[in-house]
Amino acid sequence: MEIFEYAPAPESRAIVSIRPSYDLFIDGEFVEAKSDERIVTVNPADEEPLAEVAAAGDADVERAFAAARRAYERVWSALPGAERGKYLFRIARIIQERARELAVLESLDNGKPIKETRDVDLPLVAAHFFYYAGWADKLAHAGTAGTRPLGVAAQVIPWNFPLLMLAWKVAPALATGNTVVLKPAETTPLTALAFAEICQEAGLPPGVVNIVTGAGDTGRAVVAHPEADKIAFTGSTEVGRQIARAVAGTDKRLTLELGGKGANIVYDDAAIDQAVEGIVTGIFFNQGHVCCAGSRLLVQESIAEELLERLRARISLLRLGDPLDKNTDIGAINSAAQLARIRELTLAGESEGATGWSPACPLPERGYWFPPTVFTGVTQAHRIAREEIFGPVLSVLTFRTPDEAVAKANNTPYGLSAGVWTEKGSLMLWTASRLRAGVVWSNTFNVFDPASPFGGYKESGYGREGGRHGLEAYLG
Amino acid sequence: MADIPPRIAVRRTYKLYVGGAFPRSESGRSYPVTSASGVHLGNAALASRKDVRDAVAAARKAFPGWSGRTAYNRGQILYRVAEMMEGRREQFAAEVAEGVGKAKAHTLVSSAIDRWVYYAGWADKLGQVLGGANPVSGPYFNVSEPEPTGVVGVLAPGGSSLLGLVSVLAPVITSGNTAVLVASERAPLPAVTLAEALATSDLPAGVANVLTGRVAELAAPLAGHADVNALDLTGAGDLATGLEELAATTLKRVLRPGHDDWSDPDPGLSRVRPFLETKTVWHPIGL
Repeated sequence: MEIFEYAPAPESRAIVSIRPSYDLFIDGEFVEAKSDERIVTVNPADEEPLAEVAAAGDADVERAFAAARRAYERVWSALPGAERGKYLFRIARIIQERARELAVLESLDNGKPIKETRDVDLPLVAAHFFYYAGWADKLAHAGTAGTRPLGVAAQVIPWNFPLLMLAWKVAPALATGNTVVLKPAETTPLTALAFAEICQEAGLPPGVVNIVTGAGDTGRAVVAHPEADKIAFTGSTEVGRQIARAVAGTDKRLTLELGGKGANIVYDDAAIDQAVEGIVTGIFFNQGHVCCAGSRLLVQESIAEELLERLRARISLLRLGDPLDKNTDIGAINSAAQLARIRELTLAGESEGATGWSPACPLPERGYWFPPTVFTGVTQAHRIAREEIFGPVLSVLTFRTPDEAVAKANNTPYGLSAGVWTEKGSLMLWTASRLRAGVVWSNTFNVFDPASPFGGYKESGYGREGGRHGLEAYLG
Repeated sequence: MADIPPRIAVRRTYKLYVGGAFPRSESGRSYPVTSASGVHLGNAALASRKDVRDAVAAARKAFPGWSGRTAYNRGQILYRVAEMMEGRREQFAAEVAEGVGKAKAHTLVSSAIDRWVYYAGWADKLGQVLGGANPVSGPYFNVSEPEPTGVVGVLAPGGSSLLGLVSVLAPVITSGNTAVLVASERAPLPAVTLAEALATSDLPAGVANVLTGRVAELAAPLAGHADVNALDLTGAGDLATGLEELAATTLKRVLRPGHDDWSDPDPGLSRVRPFLETKTVWHPIGL
């Protein structure tokens, strides 16, 4: 039954002008890549090409590191913190001024709904620069082990929150006096290139931020470069392992923000409607392309039936479609490769004996789409309970006692996030104190703030981004 | 063709800043402000004890809203003050130059602007530096965090009419306090201009209230006022001990006058801490 009729409410894409082709951003300028290889970035909602970008080769990466080293030695590390901070405040302000343009560009390149880029990604991006700008002249008060910058930071970021992940990497690096060579994800390079223009507009000294686009080979060249004093990587646990191996025996500092299989625990006394909203936010926010997603729902057996009934009713009201439509809840899957991985894992869920359910949900004909999906009858041995799906797929397990909930929640090699839903504070704190996860949300999920440290236990990586703790990764 | 007569400049009226408005003193008085060499610069409002009471009432009214803002939002607004000051820097420099010379005046204005940026950055960081979890010996969640103390009376330094003024006001309001500030008696004009910048900075009405006049006349009613939570006596001079005694009646937190170096770009939290309370919250952990 349709309660409301929705008319299309598309955000205009006229605010964005995308060039047909982009060069690399090195030493304050857009420069033609020495590598001939090009990458086409497409709009995942309709598979139309958006632009062509360079795939930086070794010679290009070399040039970027040379520029970053020069800028570090001649300008940036010698600049007083207060002056570094003022550049970051400028960047924060320009991001605020160009927020809608960047939100539309992000939705086009990534496929995520405009209401998320507009209301979550962009405000957080600006806030992150604003927050770390304020630290630049206060490092002596931060209680970190050291207060000296490390040098040149090699940073490789994922496609799920392209500009936000850039902000998480670049803002603390610059605030602490490091310079940066950053590689955005292969499928979502456009907002990073817009950020390069923002650096120019802010008058940031050349070479402080260098952006090299490309795919896996470029990323490997960036993290393997001998001039990289620090490596910051957000992405898959598998690539994280490779990087950790590669830096073994060197002086390079490393922080990794990797995969997750977050447990969202709902006790029988939880406020059910709130919990349902939190479960939906936990797994369907950003199509589930979230390393800290609440992808395993652990619900107390006595309320499981009622909760699942309400959850299915709520999911049936989600609107999937055009990412630029302001009513859209679930946008496009970022790439064909990611869609294939989600399909492969959900098929494994069915074949291993779990039961999948999706609402009646017409999918657009073109583009990469996957309906919101809930699996019940899931055991801890199933792949869909163990592996990160990184899509809008929820695995439901049940428990009887708090001890069982904690044991199941911790039964994963990951340890990034968890959720706890109960009206009883002491139970919430008891549970939180036993969860082996870097972020525990209680009676909420997937909230972020530049002042709040984020990062994982175990194979979800090490180091923290955000907050006072986030400075540590860039100081020695 | 007749000569065009020379244009007569429009002069400014220097008023108080109370509750977001620019009233004259309720007493109807003013006093002449002169440069170091005795040139008449203008007439500043000569505030009364009644103006002090109005300003305290405005500050109290603004306290719940200002302290209830997110720290991030307060930081944004303080940064906006810096933006507004940068746009008026010639005016500030001209006013500060009376007595210090032009080149020095520009340096002082730059430092004053940067000081707003400095304290803007502290707004959402002081909680992490001053607060934290306490490892109590029992199954309890126990966290302490700083909170603003309330309405703070501030006697601005007499000798540093802009940089000193900003250096005492910004640390008081960044944490969420509201302020009643008594400007430098001898050089009040930069304070009036600052008030005009504050009024266009999204700073809510009543968060900062600026009085001009005789410190000896205004300080006592401020120090004795029962609805003032703390006092910054930086500009109190010889009055300091008497004012501290008055403040004791309602156990106001008092920052005594010190040897301040306004040129230090990183004063830390030395001027923020005195106007903070620490709140500790306990909660049991268990099944």
